[in-house]
Amino acid sequence: MRRELARARAVAWKDLRTERRTMANFNAVLFLAVLMLLLFGFALGPDAAALRESAGGVIWLAILFSGVLAFNRSYQVELDDNALEVLLLYPGARWPIFVGKLAANLAFVLGVELIAVPLAGILFHVALTRALLPLTGVLLLGTFGFVTLGTFYAAVASRTRAREILLPLLLLPMLVPVLIAAAKATAALTSGDVMGDATAWFRLLIAFDLIFFTAAMLVFDAAIGG
Amino acid sequence: MGISGLITLLAFVALAAAQAFGFVTSPPDRDMGDLQKIMYVHVPAAWSAFLCFFVVFVESVRYLWRRDERDDLIAASAAETGAVLTALTLMLGSIWGRPTWGVWWAWDARLTSTAVLLVIYAGYLALRAFADEPERRAQWSAAVGILGALNVPVVYMSVKWWRTLHQLQSTPSTLDPRYAWGLRLNGLAVLAIAILFMVHRYKIARLERRAERVAEEEALAYLPMDILEEAHV
Amino acid sequence: MPAASKDGAVRAIKIDEIAQRLGGRWVLRGLSLRVDPGECVAVVGHNGSGKTTLLRVLSTVLRPTRGTGSVFGHDLVQDADGVRAECAMLNHGGGLYGDLTAAENLEFAQRMMGERADAQAIKHALERVGIGAFANTRVRTFSSGMQRRTAVARLYLRDARLLLLDEPYNSLDGDGVSLVDELLASVRSKGGAAVVVLHDLERTNTEFDRVIELAQGRIVAGAARSTIHAA
Repeated sequence: MRRELARARAVAWKDLRTERRTMANFNAVLFLAVLMLLLFGFALGPDAAALRESAGGVIWLAILFSGVLAFNRSYQVELDDNALEVLLLYPGARWPIFVGKLAANLAFVLGVELIAVPLAGILFHVALTRALLPLTGVLLLGTFGFVTLGTFYAAVASRTRAREILLPLLLLPMLVPVLIAAAKATAALTSGDVMGDATAWFRLLIAFDLIFFTAAMLVFDAAIGG
Repeated sequence: MGISGLITLLAFVALAAAQAFGFVTSPPDRDMGDLQKIMYVHVPAAWSAFLCFFVVFVESVRYLWRRDERDDLIAASAAETGAVLTALTLMLGSIWGRPTWGVWWAWDARLTSTAVLLVIYAGYLALRAFADEPERRAQWSAAVGILGALNVPVVYMSVKWWRTLHQLQSTPSTLDPRYAWGLRLNGLAVLAIAILFMVHRYKIARLERRAERVAEEEALAYLPMDILEEAHV
Repeated sequence: MPAASKDGAVRAIKIDEIAQRLGGRWVLRGLSLRVDPGECVAVVGHNGSGKTTLLRVLSTVLRPTRGTGSVFGHDLVQDADGVRAECAMLNHGGGLYGDLTAAENLEFAQRMMGERADAQAIKHALERVGIGAFANTRVRTFSSGMQRRTAVARLYLRDARLLLLDEPYNSLDGDGVSLVDELLASVRSKGGAAVVVLHDLERTNTEFDRVIELAQGRIVAGAARSTIHAA
């Protein structure tokens, strides 16, 4: 187990170091997220009340649509120069590759959120500090579910002819529960609403994360092979 | 007409009979009149669609376990049949909704989660269309099929909770007991049709594979063993 | 065919009637092959004859559509993990990460093998292939010859018993060619084996125990034993 975790750490280290050198992808995803926030603002505003009401949903839509860009590129680095073949040739289980990439993608998307979410708070007149701790919890849980599935489906989609369409087509419908739970919880928490509402959504997010992390781990071998 | 043709005929006759039974035995709904009878197709279609997705799940797991391509073909046949039934469910639900709610669509828990499931299975079928090699396609479909099926209850739960926090029109969930028998009979009849479609689709897939195998044998035309021995290979 | 070589040792490679279908086309059509420890076998053939696919089946990247095989006794399908522990591959493209340095690429390989990063061993391997001075340079800036050398250095680190090399001599200068020959000699002396796909028979100084010619996924009958020397 320790050996497998060490291998997962190696994969995460490799992905993060590669990304840190170029930063090209991070900038692209961040730019898209910010752009989306602006566009949503134009489409839904300028009335502050309307913006505030839709903020929860808008934040998560921006994260999902811009984050999708991140996942195919996580495998692109393996497909250039045929590195995937070599990666699959190391003896041992395959799930460390999944966990390593998941960790790197998680750091990546959370990094984007660190900038985009406060910005959304400003643009959409939402007081994020009101329930900062639970809000961080929603962000972490929601992002974890998102990145788990994104990392999983990209393993398959990135190796087909139509990866740009196939990844969103496979991934986004699966994220409906996350979108609902995270958007509603965010809205509830930022409007100072009864904690009761948000608790139900928290439970859904935790259940979702557990179910899909486990399923993806069990089935990843089939997805990355072939 | 062989056995297969006979069974096909019987299934359709059963459907017609069940429909007739339903129309005859149940009175018009107090509020909705005869429109309520759309339930005799809508609900069985939904039941059969969900059953198909269950088959996709089971066959995907079996494929990953045994690597028998027949499991992959059954899963694919079930997914196609299920997708058609899901689309039918949605259309009928929409048709029912127009006179009832005045709108073609409502964000009702069941309709919405059914719509999401249709898209999930469209993704599964799209993946199959874009993966060329049969072995790769089977492996990836199995992985995607398992996760997609697991999401069925989760999507339903999440949409239901999403809905209960905003009260709106209720769904046709409570049915008069007089409808019950008509519904059960139609349920079985539609299930028979669904199974029929799946079986036919599966047979076609098997025939396609058999044609490929014939070409395969020709292409492979192994060299006799003694020549290989001589070349010390 | 006998399961073990004459002295009873386990064969390095033993495959029977391997057939591989890719995208509807039969790329390998019933290959059987025996390679003993200490042997270096060259595989030649036109583009599309199945040479690379053969290497991919041997390394378990591809699961054989038909047929069975084993590498040092490990079954290709049932014990794929065991096969991977014995193999190392040099593929088209190189399999390196362009934005990492040469040293980092090797460090990654070590860590993926479950070992601790050993800076000394990495330095030694890079020097052995003549790019010690470029250890901390990003691979993306390397010429293809230098990238090939980095990949060879990685093979030294892996120290596998079966080497699968796909056109290793491409774009190498005279020094580079010697490096690959040295690698092959090294694996031979340790009782390992190598299967080397070649495009150009003349560029090597290695004496291959056998040259196998593939055509349309089959071994051309009567592929003779021969030794190849540089022209």
